[in-house]
Amino acid sequence: MFEVKKYSRRLAGAVMIAGSIAFTGSVRAEGDTIKIGVLHSLSGTMAISETTLKDAMLMLIEEQNKKGGVLGKKLEAVVVDPASDWPLFAEKARDLISKDKVSAVFGCWTSVSRKSVLPVFAELDNLLFYPVQYEGEESQRNVFYTGAAPNQQAIPAVDYLMSEDGGSVKRWVLAGTDYVYPQTTNKILQAYLKSKGVADEDIMVNYTPFGHSDWQTIVSDIKKFGSAGKKTAVVSTINGDANVPFYKELANQGIKAEDIPVVAFSVGEEELAGLDTAPLVGHLTAWNYFQSVETPGNAEFIKTWRAFAKNDKRVTNDPMEAHYIGFNMWVKAVEKAGTTDPDAVIDAIVGVSVPNLSGGYSTMMPNHHITKPVLIGEIQADGQMETVWQTSGLVTGDEWSDYLPESKNLIADWRKPMSCGNFNVATGKCGGQSTN
Amino acid sequence: MTISAPKYPASPTILVAALLAVLTLVVFAPSVRADEAVVRAGLAKFATAKGFGEVEAAVRELAATGDPAVSKPLAALSEGNLYVRKSDAAVFIATSNGETLSLADPLTGAEAGTAKAGEMAKVRVNNAVRGAIRAVSGSLTLGSGDAGVRLAAANAIFSRPDPNTIDALDAAIAKETDATVKARMQIARSSSVLASDRSDEEKSAAIKLISGLGSREALNLLTSFQSNAPDRLKEEAASAIRSINGTLMAWDVAQNVWYGISLGSVLLLAAIGLAITFGVMGVINMAHGEMVMLGAYTTFAVQEAIRATAPGLLDYSLIAALPCAFVVAAAVGIAVERGIIRFLYGRPLETLLATWGVSLILQQAVRTIFGPTNREVANPSWMSGGFEIGQLAITWNRLWIVAFSLAVFALLLLISNRSAWGLQMRAVTQNRRMAASMGIRTPWVDAFTFGLGSGIAGIAGVALSQIGNVSPNLGQGYIIDSFMVVVFGGVGNLWGTLLGAMSLGIANKFLEPYAGAVLGKIIVLVLIILFIQKRPRGLFALKGRAVEA
Amino acid sequence: MIAARLLKNGIDRRIAATIALLVGAAVLVPVLHLAVPESSPFHIPAHAVVLFGKYLCYALLALALDLVWGYCGILSLGHGAFFALGGYAMGMYLMRQIGDRGVYANPVLPDFMVFLNWKELPWFWHGFDQFWFAAAAIVLVPGALAFGFGWLAFRSRVTGVYLSIITQALTYALLLAFFRNDMGFGGNNGLTDFKDILGFPVQAPATRAALFAATALALAAFIAVTAMVVGSKLGKLMVAVRDAESRTRFVGWRPEHIKLFAFTLSAVMAGIAGALYVPQVGIINPSEFAPANSIEVVIWVAIGGRGTILGPILGAMLVNWTKSWFTAALPDFWLFALGALFVAVTLFLPKGVIGMWDQWRAARRSRVDGVVPAIGTQPRQSLGTEAAE
Repeated sequence: MFEVKKYSRRLAGAVMIAGSIAFTGSVRAEGDTIKIGVLHSLSGTMAISETTLKDAMLMLIEEQNKKGGVLGKKLEAVVVDPASDWPLFAEKARDLISKDKVSAVFGCWTSVSRKSVLPVFAELDNLLFYPVQYEGEESQRNVFYTGAAPNQQAIPAVDYLMSEDGGSVKRWVLAGTDYVYPQTTNKILQAYLKSKGVADEDIMVNYTPFGHSDWQTIVSDIKKFGSAGKKTAVVSTINGDANVPFYKELANQGIKAEDIPVVAFSVGEEELAGLDTAPLVGHLTAWNYFQSVETPGNAEFIKTWRAFAKNDKRVTNDPMEAHYIGFNMWVKAVEKAGTTDPDAVIDAIVGVSVPNLSGGYSTMMPNHHITKPVLIGEIQADGQMETVWQTSGLVTGDEWSDYLPESKNLIADWRKPMSCGNFNVATGKCGGQSTN
Repeated sequence: MTISAPKYPASPTILVAALLAVLTLVVFAPSVRADEAVVRAGLAKFATAKGFGEVEAAVRELAATGDPAVSKPLAALSEGNLYVRKSDAAVFIATSNGETLSLADPLTGAEAGTAKAGEMAKVRVNNAVRGAIRAVSGSLTLGSGDAGVRLAAANAIFSRPDPNTIDALDAAIAKETDATVKARMQIARSSSVLASDRSDEEKSAAIKLISGLGSREALNLLTSFQSNAPDRLKEEAASAIRSINGTLMAWDVAQNVWYGISLGSVLLLAAIGLAITFGVMGVINMAHGEMVMLGAYTTFAVQEAIRATAPGLLDYSLIAALPCAFVVAAAVGIAVERGIIRFLYGRPLETLLATWGVSLILQQAVRTIFGPTNREVANPSWMSGGFEIGQLAITWNRLWIVAFSLAVFALLLLISNRSAWGLQMRAVTQNRRMAASMGIRTPWVDAFTFGLGSGIAGIAGVALSQIGNVSPNLGQGYIIDSFMVVVFGGVGNLWGTLLGAMSLGIANKFLEPYAGAVLGKIIVLVLIILFIQKRPRGLFALKGRAVEA
Repeated sequence: MIAARLLKNGIDRRIAATIALLVGAAVLVPVLHLAVPESSPFHIPAHAVVLFGKYLCYALLALALDLVWGYCGILSLGHGAFFALGGYAMGMYLMRQIGDRGVYANPVLPDFMVFLNWKELPWFWHGFDQFWFAAAAIVLVPGALAFGFGWLAFRSRVTGVYLSIITQALTYALLLAFFRNDMGFGGNNGLTDFKDILGFPVQAPATRAALFAATALALAAFIAVTAMVVGSKLGKLMVAVRDAESRTRFVGWRPEHIKLFAFTLSAVMAGIAGALYVPQVGIINPSEFAPANSIEVVIWVAIGGRGTILGPILGAMLVNWTKSWFTAALPDFWLFALGALFVAVTLFLPKGVIGMWDQWRAARRSRVDGVVPAIGTQPRQSLGTEAAE
């Protein structure tokens, strides 16, 4: 009796553990398709931004399949939910690559989620297309940065505000959420502004916690700072969630764009959809794409998107365009290489050009960043942006900022024979990284 | 709900913002009627202008005609409603209705048919052009028949001083009968004098007049004047700046107190429902934030319904949303209580787990129904903008929220202390078995108490939708703060919640300027931890045997 | 009488079996991962090793919480803080091991300090280049924080829900503090890009297997420690404090000392769990301090069965495995399933999975032997929050 029980107990335990290992270890049946991983949070704090990108990827894959897929095979999306949980991103990335055997992954939004998956992509040698503007200071062999680097967003925006069209701004508030992207961007901007002769006392830097909702003090500080007799502007790197209360407070405290314009880098059509923008007309955003851009390609894209989402009011935004570009680059590179093998694609993709939605072509550069136009838009009463200025040509993403002392000597070039993400031109050595 | 239903929106002090809207409505006395052909020629420039610089030049040229009639097309331009017909380069004011635009003559406003969106090109404007329009329209409307418009015109000139306006101001001041408007015009004139090359005596008088204002705008003008003023006036301006700074310092303290009260009232609203479900009933209600979220989404739904059926009533949508939000959240609350929590009385910790599960489900349900992105809840006009008392800037939405939170608090206090139901509620929570033996139907009291707490959280959601995001994550943002407030104030005591919310709000706002928003919040949390060591049961501790039960 | 003793022995045997299982896994899993070829059905793939290594860390964290909550009645809603502090201590060691292999090739400063223009290493980063120092910090930092916090709180007799909320305030304050870039812990991105641990490359299969083994052994060791503590006189006092704190005090014991011991030991365990977690997941960042994470730990314990030693371990594995599975299988709807699971477990398995199992077995035995069952050491009713009733 006892022996039996003991046995059965152990057996049960063993079966349970073996079962669960076997389950997670099982490989799903592989058909004759090419799998694409979609790694965007569908729940938790980032779902608000990332869910749209998941839908955009599903649409792009569907459209590509209508055109016959890639290399004669259909594409299949594998969607997982990393739930805004950064270690879970790494776990899911590993699952996508080693269990689902995806050929490339499109995903991540926050820098920390990207940082969390980097080692996984390097180890398992796969591809990540990262579609969001970020702080730069990174170039990895397995990652393609289709969002903006600081020089493709922040610096042109400041240039515009300093110009006569932008109001010849002399005094600057750099307001951001306290995390790495705003900190780095503001460091770069401070160095840049100083190089343009702006004095220290004309720069005010302010950081707030994530999801900050009480902006009374800060908005009134901005008002104070702006009443020193010089034209003042706010450069906002405030993160998604905190923007709505920030803009509401701006509107209610009566800060008008003609007096103190606010230029934001993280506010797109999607964020403005949650706001009545009538009191905000004239405040600025800097992106590489606006829904309002008038090109046939964009009109087509919006039409397809709305049909796919079954909602004729769905807006498009810049990270969606980044996925559009990144996905098409991947397709083209795969066709060029004749295989989905990541190493072959990494070699083939540099130099690939695909149309972007603002009427030109974007090219994948050897540093794994892309060329893009920079647009400055003013917010309109209908929640759209109207381009008021744009760079005359395309701007190449600069991963290692020229305005940070430690990174100005670094370059990245993933073409052979250099194949290095942080080559120091002063010492002639490939940074400190021993691997890739 | 009988609380704070505003019958008539109080009119805010005239805002500069109102200026452009008003411009289009005013009928002018034809004082300086320029030749219409000249004006039309000026307007035609918009059709050919390349770039914002030329548009701005065209604006100035149009304004130089001095004809008040041009303010209409200028206002339209500023709002982005001025269009050029591609076929014949004619300029119209157009309003969009979907694919077609209805056109109107820019000067007379007479209807001029419709056009397809593709046939028209919008005259684009940027901040510089809008600023120029604001500056020139000041002098154009100084002669208006409406005192409010004249005041707004004076304000516009004041904020954009321009030496060319001095003559127009002199003429207007001479004619002005309204004392307030006249004073404002004189100040506007002073600001323009400072920007002009008039004599030092005149400028010195202007400095005196402006420094009397004691406001930020005055400070702005004087600082910018001081930077390139002659030495004698520099000293004068500097002393004026010093005196203004002194006044402002005192106002700053008051301003901080107001910000603190306003933050406190937000915390109070967020926490007050929890003060019932958690404080009174002892349910560790992790789904409390989601009840707030439900209230906010109900507001959104009500607004959408009103927008679709009776857009004219949009301003009153919040009042309609209040009972709806209460009912929705209370119904969900009662369902949760009947379905889950009632099995868990006596096991309060288990309620934490179950309500955490409920909160996940509610979040995902809202995400599935309404989508993961922010939803727009419009601010009614009576909750937009702000006004100033002295140098104290108060925004309407904050003022209403403070009033609303206090009203909710008072109502709750009334229910709990003065009604039979409140008595039963307290009896059940203090001693369930005794209450049951006295004939109180404890299950119903439980259900309704939980419903009340949830419903209150729901109406808090209506108010909070006015200042923040309406997204599935809304509740998560408030839950920790709410628990802090209730615990800090003392579980089971409504007054504690009020005092807790206000002191945390004010402490936060006084720390923020010195420590920054992030560090300020950390310090407040550490202070709460230390405070609880001193008073292990919060500000207002329950006394007696209930404590150790 | 006999049945009760047998039951007691049974529980002990069960713990012994689990320890044996863990030790076995510590040997077997590395062998199956490294020595067995990938084509073999017995091969354990890398992602499973990483995943289960992570689960075991969570299990250790859950065990730590169970020691204070299940046995001593202190509901900590901030245990994630100790876990994260241990993790940060390990992370700092791993950062220093990168040396000049960082992208900027700075021999001393971690990358995130370099590009934010830090000129020298902050004082609290010194010493972390030595493993022994980091190891001491892993134990001492969470331990000292718990000791200081507990000393204040228990002496002032902060109990029940007040204690729970201030532990939450503690972890929330730390969350905000570690978010700040000025603190020198890498801000929101945290610490990442690790290369070596004790001279072995973190990414290598052998290191990974060794880390898994270390985690399994640590968990086994702490199960033994917990069982010993719980079985001792001190453990009985802990249960006494949990069930009737005032009475224990009146009898002449000092509940605050007992609680302080349990709380500090538990924090040390959580810190070690965090330290083992970091090299396996490759990142430590402030979101580990998030109050929601700490609440999740409470849920693992409750689902497994609190006041038991195996319950929290089972709960942690079960919930996390469910989560891993749901997020891939039902990405759009998994929160419904997880939420429903929590509700269902509270309603239908009030004593957790282990408790239900025991009850079921005891009921069966009583049918067979005709003896009324006694339930292990599970608390008779939830204390910890004393506000209700």
